[in-house]
Amino acid sequence: MSLWEFANPVKFMALSGKVLPWVIGLCTVTLIPGLIWGFFFTPEASNFGNSVKIIYIHVPSAMMAINIWVMMLVTSLIWVVRRHHVSVRAAKAAALIGVTMTVIALITGAIWGQPMWGTYWAWDPRLTSFLILFLFYLGYMALWAAIDNPDTAADLTSVLCIVGSVFAVLSRYAVNFWNQGLHQGASLSLDKEEHVSDVYFQPLLLCLAGFTLLFVALLLVRTRTELRLVRLHRLEVRERMKDA
Amino acid sequence: MIALLVRDLRLAMRAGGGFGLGLAFFLIVSTLVPFGVGPEAKILSRIAPGILWVGALLACLLSLDRIFQLDFEDGSLDLLATAPIPMEGIVTVKALAHWLVTGLPLTLAAPLLGMLMNLERPGHFWIFLTLLIGTPALSMIGAFGAALTVGLKRGGLLLSLLVLPLYIPTLIFGAEAATRGTAGLPASTPLLMMAGITAGSIALLPFAAAAALRVNLR
Amino acid sequence: MLELGKYTDAILSSWTITLGLLIALILVTWRRSVQVKQRLDAAEERAKQND
Repeated sequence: MSLWEFANPVKFMALSGKVLPWVIGLCTVTLIPGLIWGFFFTPEASNFGNSVKIIYIHVPSAMMAINIWVMMLVTSLIWVVRRHHVSVRAAKAAALIGVTMTVIALITGAIWGQPMWGTYWAWDPRLTSFLILFLFYLGYMALWAAIDNPDTAADLTSVLCIVGSVFAVLSRYAVNFWNQGLHQGASLSLDKEEHVSDVYFQPLLLCLAGFTLLFVALLLVRTRTELRLVRLHRLEVRERMKDA
Repeated sequence: MIALLVRDLRLAMRAGGGFGLGLAFFLIVSTLVPFGVGPEAKILSRIAPGILWVGALLACLLSLDRIFQLDFEDGSLDLLATAPIPMEGIVTVKALAHWLVTGLPLTLAAPLLGMLMNLERPGHFWIFLTLLIGTPALSMIGAFGAALTVGLKRGGLLLSLLVLPLYIPTLIFGAEAATRGTAGLPASTPLLMMAGITAGSIALLPFAAAAALRVNLR
Repeated sequence: MLELGKYTDAILSSWTITLGLLIALILVTWRRSVQVKQRLDAAEERAKQND
């Protein structure tokens, strides 16, 4: 049995229906304890003070914002190459989650930036890149919303996502070149030197898992909705043909 | 293909709008900016390369929806699609026509408008050079955006939303090269990066744009 | 209640906004899922009767 079998909408609906309660359950037992741990039971950081508590929502949302775009790129490519409906519907379903994560990352970053750097907004490379990512998400969603025919919309948005990804990476380099920033280095890396210490890292890891599972749960629900919409669209067209 | 190019250029000239409009818009932007930021020569000459770049970019954006829209509406795009030229070729010719009508005049006008902004002496050359290298990328990226939105009734605003993020890398490198060149700093790195973007866009984007056009003509 | 010191505003506002957005996203997703399911079920029912 190959992975591609789940590209069949009927099989996908059956499987995702079974998996969904488990994902929701797992998400609940990671995200909520993770957030509570991070909020109530972590000490002050020497250099950040209590403001370090923002990390438990800022870093996971920022990570998800990028990962969701990558996921959309992969599913768009699968649609272009193999034309599986589940794939492109999943990309459409992911866009709103991605844009929410981007907004959360931007807002929490701005609020954190005020006490730390003395400004809500600086044209720091990472901030700028996220703003650009936000624009890309908006364009992608606007194109979906603007086109009536679902197959045309699927094709065009996939092309946009692929071309957009190339330009998004280009923008990242351009922005780096344009301004060196204030951001601290990676807070998540295997290199122990620049790693945040374990007291903060363990709840952060739980939050990261929680955000990821939340994304998977929402994605499954939204993709199921999208597939139902496709089916509904077909039934309605058939009804109209009969009436005529 | 050359016949198509000539036809497109003739249409642009005759319809009048496309040709002069971009230039007039560019002139107006360059006139408005000093009203907004004040007449101090120092500030103006500092921001002049950036303003000229943004102005050229917006002027370029203004005429993008015409690249395919008229031909799509009167059906000549369907005829072209069945012609023995590959769709990629049609897209490239259309983008080239757009550049000749918009990008090239903007490039030629920019050094003159630079005088309004107290652009320093080597700046005239740099703004000309960077726009000359950068505007073909703007036209090509714009042609891609226009191909995506050609089937839509009110695609203009959506087209801007799609195309502007794609313009960011070109703008950053172009304006950076112009600013550095004007200030007498070494500017070859951003210049080369921008040339790379232009070359890459011209080489690869026709395929994406042609794919989008085929979907829209289906 | 734990003491957040001079960062109280920053922490509380960012957490409130984040949780608000996430809950809004969940609610929107859930509501739409229910709506679409109802519409589809109704359409399937009609399709069955017509056959």
